[in-house]
Amino acid sequence: MSHDAKHDAHGADGGAHAHPDGNKYLKVAVILTLITVVEVWAYYIPALVESPFFNPGLLIMSAVKFGIVVLFYMHLKFDHKLYRALFTGPMIIAMCTIMALLFLFGQLSIKL
Amino acid sequence: MTTSHTAAAAGHDDGHVHHHYTTTGLDHRKIAIWTFIGSECMLFASLISTYLIYKGRSIVGPFPHEAWTSETGQQFHAILDIPVTSASTFVLLMSSFAMVLALQAVQLRGTPLPANPTWWQRSQRSSQGWLLMTALLGATFLGFQAYEFTSFVHEGLTIKRNLFGSSFFTLTGFHGAHVTAGVLWLMTLLWIDRSRGLQGKNDELLVDICALYWHFVDVVWIAIFTLIYLIR
Repeated sequence: MSHDAKHDAHGADGGAHAHPDGNKYLKVAVILTLITVVEVWAYYIPALVESPFFNPGLLIMSAVKFGIVVLFYMHLKFDHKLYRALFTGPMIIAMCTIMALLFLFGQLSIKL
Repeated sequence: MTTSHTAAAAGHDDGHVHHHYTTTGLDHRKIAIWTFIGSECMLFASLISTYLIYKGRSIVGPFPHEAWTSETGQQFHAILDIPVTSASTFVLLMSSFAMVLALQAVQLRGTPLPANPTWWQRSQRSSQGWLLMTALLGATFLGFQAYEFTSFVHEGLTIKRNLFGSSFFTLTGFHGAHVTAGVLWLMTLLWIDRSRGLQGKNDELLVDICALYWHFVDVVWIAIFTLIYLIR
């Protein structure tokens, strides 16, 4: 099996697909901009800032933006599953590390 | 020695374009950049953790979201400038858009344009234009950061002033250093494109690897913008 053929075969096995086109990238850019506008708008509404949903809402919007860039611009949605594993594995470790440290140093707590 | 190893060795011997596939069938340079990005996730997680742990524990101001008056009566307003940072965030997001179009332009090189192409279809073929646009937007982001750092120092917030200053400058400074490296990388690709043209699978991969790094720098900023600037 030639290198190229082997490469293509593995790409297919790993779930690799064609990347999106320029129009789809443009739509993604518009969505990212709109989410950013909503985030900043919320920051300037005192009633929203006082709301218990403010911080979780911002975190969710940020996570959505993060996911969109990783899936579409970094092509993780379309590329080989090994790349997904190489990224999501350390990401999970990083998130767990942040959460553990915040609990350890008292910035987060669970009331029993 | 396996067939693939033998073929790879032959490829080196005859001086042809080298393919760097691993036993997975994937190019090892792309595996390497994803592994590097994974390790960078943990680096920035440690920096973000440090910022969040120190949040609200500074004894003296200036503070990020609250005004503060010192014992001598000196007044400090809330130091974060959200409009300026929102603009720089938009610039970095658009740089990711330009980067993904630069990669697409390299991938489309050699394929025919449709009949009566629109401006948008023609512009999608300009790898040099999109690479230059990405580098300029990255440099603009760095300009915003230089302005922010300078104004903070003038307002009394230095890296030694308080816990907020130490963790803020360390985190955003590391990110700025990554953006600087990315801009230099982009300028190198632009120089290669202008001198001999980026074409073929090997050059596509060079741009793809740079694009992955650049988008990672962007997603790190997405997290920083929310956690440091917006959440109180």
